[in-house]
Amino acid sequence: MEYIDIDRVKKRMDKRLFINKMVKGIFFASAMFGLVVLAILLYRVIADSIGWISMDFLTGLLSTSAERAGIRGAIIGTLWLMAIVGPVTMILGVGTAIYLEEYAKKGKIHSIIQTNIANLAGVPSIVFGILGLTIFVRLFGLGASVIAGGLTMSLLVLPIVVVAAQEAIRSVPSHLREASYGMGATKWQTIKNVILPASIAGILTGVILALSRAIGETAPLVVIGIPALLIPVPTNVTDNFTALPMQIYYWTLDAVLVAEYANLAAATIVVLLIVLFILNSAAILIRNKFSKRY
Amino acid sequence: MTPATPKPETITRKQSIIQPEPDTGKPLVFNTKGLNLYYGKTHALKDIHLPIAENEVTAIIGPSGCGKSTYLKALNRMVEMVESVKITGEVLYRDSNIFDRSFKVEELRTRVGMVFQKPNPFPKTIFDNVAYGPRIHGIRDKKTLKQIVEKSLRGAAIWDEVKDRLDENAYSLSGGQQQRICIARCLAIEPDVILMDEPTSALDPKSTMKVEELVQDLKEKYSIVIVTHNMQQAARISDKTAFFLNGEVVEYDATDTIFSNPSDKRTEDYISGRFG
Ligand SMILES: Nc1ncnc2c1ncn2[C@@H]1O[C@H](COP(=O)(O)OP(=O)(O)OP(=O)(O)O)[C@@H](O)[C@H]1O
Ligand SMILES: [Mg+2]
Repeated sequence: MEYIDIDRVKKRMDKRLFINKMVKGIFFASAMFGLVVLAILLYRVIADSIGWISMDFLTGLLSTSAERAGIRGAIIGTLWLMAIVGPVTMILGVGTAIYLEEYAKKGKIHSIIQTNIANLAGVPSIVFGILGLTIFVRLFGLGASVIAGGLTMSLLVLPIVVVAAQEAIRSVPSHLREASYGMGATKWQTIKNVILPASIAGILTGVILALSRAIGETAPLVVIGIPALLIPVPTNVTDNFTALPMQIYYWTLDAVLVAEYANLAAATIVVLLIVLFILNSAAILIRNKFSKRY
Repeated sequence: MTPATPKPETITRKQSIIQPEPDTGKPLVFNTKGLNLYYGKTHALKDIHLPIAENEVTAIIGPSGCGKSTYLKALNRMVEMVESVKITGEVLYRDSNIFDRSFKVEELRTRVGMVFQKPNPFPKTIFDNVAYGPRIHGIRDKKTLKQIVEKSLRGAAIWDEVKDRLDENAYSLSGGQQQRICIARCLAIEPDVILMDEPTSALDPKSTMKVEELVQDLKEKYSIVIVTHNMQQAARISDKTAFFLNGEVVEYDATDTIFSNPSDKRTEDYISGRFG
């Protein structure tokens, strides 16, 4: 008794191959759609910015006259922001991840916290802005300072770091932990000597991705009242500051008044994109360089 | 590391109270009394009574899932890393119950080392692997560490193979070499007892032979409990054998007796390969 009729299989073959090809075409088109839109966007931005990015633009102070305006203040403000967000998320995020993975009992409370962290990652950034405004700017009276902006941004990207660090810690094989505990090491010694060294690449990747999210976020900064028009450059954490996305926001808004502002905005976007590109490359490099076999 | 080395003083420290088993004059390192262990609702160890004598190799045999690893991990309390575990009964390590509140688990594990089934070196250099234990116990002096590392690697019969590549990652070694590095790492904490859970099951015959010879040498200085699926191995290297079945100790006796003249039918069936 034969179940497979070879003639019918042959007849169907063409149809099957056609569907196969068509499906491939659909998937290819989906992938291309995103790429094309991105390419157009990049093209427009870069075209607008041509001739506007120069050393003077990068190092010059803000000015109302488009020809003399520079983004030095915004660049330094962004760096200040990162100087807060980096360490704060690193310490809080990794601490949270270590607690959840290595100390907390895997019970109900654990899974509630876990779900909430995942949900926090999806909360709109403007909500974090409102939180920052209420707590840091008003309650703590920090004003629209570097520290207030940095802490607000830290809250916003903390879930990213926590989740990435948790995954990195979880991927450390348990036989390495056992080896350490089996020799009489305490929990902290095991974390410090075995778990963190083995997961540091994943953790750093998470931190960098978090930084690249923070660097481009605008809404929370708008809400906590970061000025876009700011001539002085911040020199410490309590100074007022502005950041690259704020600058872009301001120039784009005012492009109706001064046409050249559109070009300034485009030029700033290119600078921001380059910074993002560098950060992401660093993340990939770290991931590849440290990826270990166990 | 000559076989004639007298026993380390730590071992001769306490020899009194525990009555040795009838057929041996050796004092006990471990004595298990009425040990029951549950993983949640699974009753994995049932009323275990088992003495482990000093400077002997005690083999634990039995079919898969009978509780061999669980018992071994109970002896250094690694089993407590599973959250659902519940334990009743006592395990005496040189007269003190390891489950007492006052017994520090870190201290127990520096006296009772463990070698795992799969070689599990750290992704560090060979030197750092072996120096791991001494370092966590506070030894910082470079020279002392070097001496400990050399002594341990010699003890694990791998010094000659790795002495010129101590700075290489332990993962660059073969599986058999890695396992001996793990044994060296265990020796470096100068334990009293070494627990081995199927230490040769991931190794080729030649490496297996090396580890078996090593176990023979090591029992001069250490007491060894070894879990094995390999009957010949148990017969070759152990002095005492305990046969586990469904979480119970069916029979415990001198290895010769177990293999030539077992008193329980189930033991006989198992060692003659009729089940398991
Ligand atoms: N972490 C755990 N959680 C729940 N049950 C477990 C756990 N580890 C072991 N068990 C159960 O306890 C029993 C004994 O397991 P154990 O690992 O000690 O067996 P074993 O004799 O070492 O077997 P093998 O020869 O296959 O290694 C088994 O029924 C097993 O399913
Ligand atoms: Mg086992």
